[in-house]
Amino acid sequence: MRRERTPHAVAWWIWAAGLALAALRTSNPLLLALLAAAIVVVCVARTPRDLQQSPLATFARVALIIILVRVVLQIVFGQRLPGHVLFTLPSVPMPSWAEGVSIGGPVSIEGLLSAITGGLRLAVVLLAFGAANALASPRAVLRSLPGLLHEVAVAITVALCFAPEVLASVRRIQQARLLRGRPTTGIAGMRGIAVPVLEDALDRSIQLAASMGARGFGRRPVSVSLARERTALATLILGSMILLVGGYGVLAGSSVVPGAAWLAGLGLAAVCLGVGLSGRRAARTRYRPAPVGLRSVACGASGWLSALLVVIAGVADASSITWSPWPLSWPQVTPLAFAAVVIALVPLLVAPGEARVAAARGTKIAVS
Amino acid sequence: MIRFAGTWFRYGSSWVVRDLDLEVADGELLVVVGPTGSGKTTLLKMIDGLVPHFSGGELRGDVIVAGHSIRDTPPTELAGTVGYVGQDPAASFVTDLVEEEIAYAMENLGIEPAVMRRRVEEALDLMSLHELRDRRLTTLSGGQRQRVAIAAVLAAAPRILVLDEPTAALDPGAAEEVLSSLTRLVHDVGMTVVLAEHRLERVLPFADRVVLLDGQGGMVAGEPGAVMADSALAPPLIELGRLAGWSPLPITVREARRRCGPLREALAELPTLAPEADGGDVVAKTDGLCASFGNLLALDGVDLAVRAGTITAIMGRNGSGKSTLLSCLAGIKEPSCGNASVGQTPPADLSAAERIRTVGFVPQEASLLLYAQRVDEECATADEEHGLAPGTTAASVTAIAGELAPDRHPRDLSEGQQLALALGIVLAPAPRLVLLDEPTRGLDYEAKRSLVAILEMLRAKGVAIVVATHDVELVAQVADHAVVLAQGEVIANGGAREVICHTPAFAPQVAKVLSPLAWLTVGEVAAALEGSPS
Repeated sequence: MRRERTPHAVAWWIWAAGLALAALRTSNPLLLALLAAAIVVVCVARTPRDLQQSPLATFARVALIIILVRVVLQIVFGQRLPGHVLFTLPSVPMPSWAEGVSIGGPVSIEGLLSAITGGLRLAVVLLAFGAANALASPRAVLRSLPGLLHEVAVAITVALCFAPEVLASVRRIQQARLLRGRPTTGIAGMRGIAVPVLEDALDRSIQLAASMGARGFGRRPVSVSLARERTALATLILGSMILLVGGYGVLAGSSVVPGAAWLAGLGLAAVCLGVGLSGRRAARTRYRPAPVGLRSVACGASGWLSALLVVIAGVADASSITWSPWPLSWPQVTPLAFAAVVIALVPLLVAPGEARVAAARGTKIAVS
Repeated sequence: MIRFAGTWFRYGSSWVVRDLDLEVADGELLVVVGPTGSGKTTLLKMIDGLVPHFSGGELRGDVIVAGHSIRDTPPTELAGTVGYVGQDPAASFVTDLVEEEIAYAMENLGIEPAVMRRRVEEALDLMSLHELRDRRLTTLSGGQRQRVAIAAVLAAAPRILVLDEPTAALDPGAAEEVLSSLTRLVHDVGMTVVLAEHRLERVLPFADRVVLLDGQGGMVAGEPGAVMADSALAPPLIELGRLAGWSPLPITVREARRRCGPLREALAELPTLAPEADGGDVVAKTDGLCASFGNLLALDGVDLAVRAGTITAIMGRNGSGKSTLLSCLAGIKEPSCGNASVGQTPPADLSAAERIRTVGFVPQEASLLLYAQRVDEECATADEEHGLAPGTTAASVTAIAGELAPDRHPRDLSEGQQLALALGIVLAPAPRLVLLDEPTRGLDYEAKRSLVAILEMLRAKGVAIVVATHDVELVAQVADHAVVLAQGEVIANGGAREVICHTPAFAPQVAKVLSPLAWLTVGEVAAALEGSPS
C-alpha cells in the first residue's frame, strides 16, 4: 500500500463543500470576507504548479461580477430600503399592477450594503467551488466514484475533455475562414463556423467511441446477475433522493422538512448500501487508487468542522453570524466564529506544498 | 495469427476489399502499402473488428484473429488480444494523464492492480515515457502522443498490434523513435505488428513482409525487395536501385551504400550540378520576427527573405515554430516583436480582400478551406468573395486538380484532390506569395508527384513559395532554399542542397547513399547519367 502524501481529491471537495455550507449559514460580511480569504490562501498555497490557468481565478472573476450585478440591480431596480440616502436617481412611476417593482429613486447606504452582503455570500460559495476545482481536478474525483456509477463518470470525463477540443477546433476554423476572407462574426460567420465544428465534433466522438470500444470499455462479467445490479442502482438512486430532501431540510435550518436530520441519515445509509451492493462487482479494477489516510480525513473534516463552528456560534449568540445594516454598525466576529475561519486553514498543515510533493515523488522520501 | 480467408468487404456499392487471402504469422512485422483509398485502413480495422462492428458495411468471408472470428467477436472482446492505434492518436485519448491513459484498457479488462502496476511500468519503459508519466496529454508533442497511444494499447498485453500511419504527423527524428520502439517490440517481445504507411522510405527497412494493395481490390504480398521490384509505389532508394540495375533491390541505406561504389565513381566524374536559381525580387521578408502564445515564445528573432520564383522549405521538429512562421507571413498571427512584410506592408495590416490577392495560405488541414456542398458551388462562391470574373476559380482548379466532377461533395474527395482543390481556390486571385503547411501529409506517391509538378509550374510563373514540411524527399525534389528552425530560431539557412546534405536527420535517401557527393534525387542522377544536366 502506498503511503498517503497528499489529501485525496475527494477530501478537497468535501473541505470546500463544508466551507460553502458555512458561508450559506452566515450573513456577517466580515466573517464571509474572512472565509473567502481562508479559501484563497489555502488554494493559492496548495494548487499544483502544472495547472496552466488556475480555475480559482476564473471563479473569482465570476464572483466579482455577481457582486457587481447585485449592486447595480439594487441601484436601478432594487426595493427602496429606508436609511441614509446616498443619492437619488430619477424615478419612473410604475402602474399600479407592478407595485412591487420600482425604477430609480433614492439609493441608501443600507440598501447597498445588504446587496453587497448577499452577493458576498454567493461569491464565497463560488470561490469554494473554484478552489476545489484547482486543488483536485474533477476528473480525479470522478475516478473515485463507485463502480456502479462508472458509465456516468466516463461520460462526464469525456465531456470535460471535449470542451477544450471544441474550442481548439473553433479557433482553427476561424483562422481558415480568415484565410478566405470570410466573416468570422455575425450570423453568417456563426453558421459557417458552427457547421464544421459540429462535423468535427461528430467525427471525434465516433473515433473516441471506437477507441473506447477497442480498449474494452463496457465489458460485463458474466458472473454478476443483472437483478442484483439493478437492485443496487435502484437503492442508490432512491437513497440520493432522500438524502437530497433531508439535506435541503438541514440546510434550510427551519421546520420546512420535518425530521430532516433523520431523513438525511436514512438517505446516506441507503446510498452506502447501494454502493456496497455494487462494489463487489469485479468487472473493472482500478489503477493506483489514491490512498486515503489521516491527511484526507483531517482535510475533509476541517471544512465541516468549520461549518459546525459557525452553526454553534449562531446558537450561542445569533448576532455573531447574522448581521443587518439596520441600524448601521460594524459587524462583529466572536471568538467562536473566528475559530471557524482558523479551522478552515487546517489543510495548510496536512497537505504538503508543491516542492515537497515533487521531492517525495522524485526521490521517494517520505513526507513527514 | 491473423488469417483473411476469402474476405470481401464493401461500405456502399463498390467492394473495398475483394477476395483477400492473407496469413500473418506470429511475430511478424507486416507493412501494408497502397494508394489513398485502396482500403488500407479498412483492412487494419478488420483485424480489430472495428470493421464491420463500428463501421457497418457488408462483410463476406471471414477474418480469423488469434482463433476468434471477427464476425461474432466485437472489438470490446478483442481488447485483450489486439491493440489498435488509429491515425490521430489524440482523438483516441479517454483520460487526461499519461499514466491513467496507459492503465485505461487494463482497468476495463479487470486486471489485478498489482499486475497492472507492473505492466504500466513496463509499457513506460518500452516506449521511453517514464519521464512524462505525470504529464497532461494535452501538453505532449506529436511524437510523444503517438508513443503514449502505443503504450496505452501495449499495456493490455495484446498479441497483435495494429497501427494506422503511425508516423504521418511526425518529424523524421520522432518517426525514427517510434519505429525503433516498434522493432524492439517485434524483436524482444515477439509481438505481431501490422502497420499501414504512405512514407515507404521510413518503414521499409523495418518490414518482414509487405502487402501492396493496388486500389482495384487486388494485392501482392511478399518480401520487401521482391514486392518493390515491380511496384509503382516506390521510395527513392528502390528507384535508385532500379536505375542502377541492382538485384535484389536494396531495402536499407546501408545495403545500398555497400553496392553503390561503381555508381558513385561514375557520378563523381560528371560535371557539377547546376547552381540553384537566385530568384527575382524579394517578395516577403521578416526582420527579427518574434511571436508568442501566452508565455510560450514560438518564434524568436527570425530573419528571412523569400524571392520571387523560388521555393523555400521550412523544416524542423514538431513544435519548432514552422506553422507560426507561416501564420505570421499570412497575416493571421500578429508578431509580438520585429516584423514580417509582404511587398512593403505587414500582411496583418492588409484588408481581407487585399490579403487574399497578395498571400495564398493552405493550412495543414486543407479541407478546412472548403465549405460548400459541391465542387462547382465552392468555385462559384470563391469567385464572388474574391471579386473575380465568374469561372476564374474553376479554371484555376482545373489547371491544378484536373477535371473534378462538379457535383462531388468536397469532403468525399481524396486527400490529394482536396489539397488540389484548396490550392486551386487559393491561387485563383494570383497571389505573389504562396504558403503551404505540411502539404504532403496523407498524400500517396502519385498525389505527391502531381503536387511537385504544380509547385514547379508556379515557380516558373515567378510565384514565391514557402513550404513547411517534414517530408525531406519533397524538399530534395523541389526546394531551392531550406531553413531549419529549432525552438523558434533559425539554425540553418541557405541553399537546399547544402542545408539538407549537411544535416543527417534531414538528408534524403539518395544523398545518404551517395554521400559525400551532393546528389538529392533519383531524377537528377538519371538525368546526369544520360548526359544532360537537370
